[in-house]
Amino acid sequence: MNVIYTDSLVIGGGLAGLRTAIATKQRGLDTIVLSLIPAKRSHSAAAQGGMQGSLAATIKAEGDNEDVHFADTVKGSDWGCDQDVARMFAQTAPKAVRELSTWGVPWTRVRKGPRSVVINAERVTINEKDEAHGLISARDFGGTKKWRTCYTSDGTGHTMLYAADNKAIECGIPVHERKEAIALIHDGSKCYGAIVRDLITGELVAYVARATTIATGGYGRIYSVSTNAVISEGIGAALPLETGVASLVNMEAVQFHPTAIVPVGILTTEGCRGDGGLLKDVDGYRFMPDYEPEKKELASRDVVSRRMTEHMRKGKGVPSPYGDHLWLDITLLGKEHIEKNLREVKEICEYFLGIDPVKDYIPVRPTQHYSMGGIRTFATGESRQLKGLFAAGEVSCWDMHGFNRLGGNSVAETIVAGMIVGEYVADYCESESVEIPMSVVREFLRREDAKITAIIDRTNGEDVYELKYAMQKIMMDKVGIFRNGEDLEKAVQELEALVARSRSVAIQNKIRSSNPELVEAIRVPMMIKLAACVACGAHARTESRGAHAREDHPERNDRDWLKRTLAIWKNEADDLPTLGYEDLDVMKMEMPPGSRGYGKAEIIPHPDTERRVKQIEEIQSSMPDVDRHELQKAIMPYELPEKYTGKNERIGVGFE
Amino acid sequence: MIQAKDGRTLKFHIFRYNPQLEGDEPKMVTYEVKEAPGMTVFIALNEIREQQDRSLQYDFVCRAGICGSCGMIINGKPDLACRTLTSKFKNGEITLLPLPGFDLIGDLSVNTGTFNRAMSERVGTWIHDEQAAEKSLDELEERMDPDLADEIYELDRCIECGCCIAACATKRMRDDFLGAMGFMKVARFHMDSRDKRSDAAWYEIIGNDEGVFGCMTLLGCEDNCPKDLPHQTKIAFLRRKMVGVKV
Repeated sequence: MNVIYTDSLVIGGGLAGLRTAIATKQRGLDTIVLSLIPAKRSHSAAAQGGMQGSLAATIKAEGDNEDVHFADTVKGSDWGCDQDVARMFAQTAPKAVRELSTWGVPWTRVRKGPRSVVINAERVTINEKDEAHGLISARDFGGTKKWRTCYTSDGTGHTMLYAADNKAIECGIPVHERKEAIALIHDGSKCYGAIVRDLITGELVAYVARATTIATGGYGRIYSVSTNAVISEGIGAALPLETGVASLVNMEAVQFHPTAIVPVGILTTEGCRGDGGLLKDVDGYRFMPDYEPEKKELASRDVVSRRMTEHMRKGKGVPSPYGDHLWLDITLLGKEHIEKNLREVKEICEYFLGIDPVKDYIPVRPTQHYSMGGIRTFATGESRQLKGLFAAGEVSCWDMHGFNRLGGNSVAETIVAGMIVGEYVADYCESESVEIPMSVVREFLRREDAKITAIIDRTNGEDVYELKYAMQKIMMDKVGIFRNGEDLEKAVQELEALVARSRSVAIQNKIRSSNPELVEAIRVPMMIKLAACVACGAHARTESRGAHAREDHPERNDRDWLKRTLAIWKNEADDLPTLGYEDLDVMKMEMPPGSRGYGKAEIIPHPDTERRVKQIEEIQSSMPDVDRHELQKAIMPYELPEKYTGKNERIGVGFE
Repeated sequence: MIQAKDGRTLKFHIFRYNPQLEGDEPKMVTYEVKEAPGMTVFIALNEIREQQDRSLQYDFVCRAGICGSCGMIINGKPDLACRTLTSKFKNGEITLLPLPGFDLIGDLSVNTGTFNRAMSERVGTWIHDEQAAEKSLDELEERMDPDLADEIYELDRCIECGCCIAACATKRMRDDFLGAMGFMKVARFHMDSRDKRSDAAWYEIIGNDEGVFGCMTLLGCEDNCPKDLPHQTKIAFLRRKMVGVKV
């Protein structure tokens, strides 16, 4: 039996995984990272525009702090997020940006004096303060009150990932590359590691660990067109589902980014609009102010994507052989700005579209981009069902994004979650004495080996690519930006049939070692189950919240739907997941449900909302002399590892 | 928008060899693909694998030219396959070989990861500052000149695709030669005010024939870097710097 033992096993070598691994390694624990690919190639590198953290150095961020970041995040989530987690995040994000600076990220810095920027289609001059010179700058992003998105040109994710991986190398953390976790080892209450397939030799190895952290990113590739990397197939999210015990949550919360290029679906950053770029229609008309007079192009992503779709449905899209699209116009930003701050966008336009965005409009369309849903965890990052199993980053539903994530908050979450969850993983490793039941390990190895043998030996069966494309098409056509009961019902039925068919996959290339078709044959049945969770959750949720927009139920229904959708796959023989629900407690919220200030606001209120608003007002008036930190603590106390509880310094206000 | 001649038949001549399979021999195999508008080598390879040969191996991750996974030799030159449009090749013949200089996994897939990690460990591609760990994350960050930050980013754009290594004649002759990727890292950290290494420390890493003095200045790196990094200037700069180091 092939077994590798470690304390902290981290599945996934992107930002969340690396940062978690660094945390446990720095606590003195033996740590191993597993990755499908070299860590620096992870999809984190594709985050272009930046990372939110309320450093408030630029003049356009004056007055920003954790409170404002928290409020933006909650509104962005359409009150679907866990407010404790949003607080933990907003508090730690400035520290994360500063830590990455010491690790080598060349954050774009503030330059004192006047600088010309484009705001609302007009060129204006802003004056940066002398005392801000050389501090970390920030740009504007959608759904934020202040300029809060720290960046390095439009290669932020790249520089962050390189800094984190280099730090991991400095720490001596081994990254076992080209390894795929295909099953968790567990006994129904505790997780002991994972069965891992070597993608070169095909060998199966049991990685046995005290704690296992899944940090494998999103599941965008269950859709035909996605901005996600081709490896973002969601297998990390599927692993807990396969246990029959651990739950996924809010899988129907899928984000569509407004500006991916047509037809290939590669992202152009939100920084394009943050820096002043505009959306235009077939007539060259700037249409967003008509729909969103206040935030215009910079409403939250779910809102902008829906407005674009609405506008195209009115016949205002630009026809193309690949369907209608709209234009992203960044020509007004000028050559110098584009070549310095949006250079990856420029390269993408040149190579994939043959256009120059300095002169030409970019053809864009809303495209699947982010998975808000994922593995249900406590605020510590630990699974609510399997002890010793943790999740961090996009694969998790920690849950700081609720039903819509703000731009700049995902790459921030990867690092912040890694910092926080990593500490809790280390605490767990130190406190738990783990007895490894070797018979369980042996049984899982045998089972996975038998599954692979069955796939290879099957002579007549389903073609794996055919199944995959069928699933992707269902998701694209019926579980997209706008959803309705009829289509969703069909989607559920069709996916149910695909789940059944996926049990008898057969492959043409019958070798056990490096074999791309076998990789698909292992993954696709799991992907179809994830897709079924998304479709079932969307079908059942008869309201519209954040990115989940039901044409037949356009209102946000706090009365009946202020809850999270749980999905588990009870029995292997089931063709659909079993759904359950978890209420959000309004009486514990720091920010009771209200209007976002953008998008359509039809809200059926929750009965507790008014009571909680009053209660908070009473707390506020009973403590007139305390600072904002004390007041916050009185309204909604939350836990955080001690090392991250310190107040954050900002220019002009110190540690206030 | 990109327009390709619709209906053209492309001929892909692809290197095939699976070292995992006993008895397999390296060979070139030709596949025909009908060209579609805007087709890239990425799209064509996926089509070949799905419709003609399920065993074909290659690596793509971001398919957007930013992750560096898909370096291969395309009609004689190392480049990123994901962003190479097939329309670029007038006669419709496209020969694909794996990047030389790296261990072959199979067909067009090579092991850049092991190579790059060893390079990182050799150069120490991280900020060397003994005081860094003691800095409070609560306080204002250390200031940096805005121009310096921009200049570091210019060099930090390397995606470790390996095209410079594959294009390097010195590397081909001398296995332990650091190569342009490593020099670019040195230049990047040398420039970074947060990295406290002295020139003498850098000399220990690159002041020899396996380092910057071994370069034959053929500059395949400069000619083939998909990110247009200034290899020529930086190699020259490092040489000048290292010559000045008193040892």
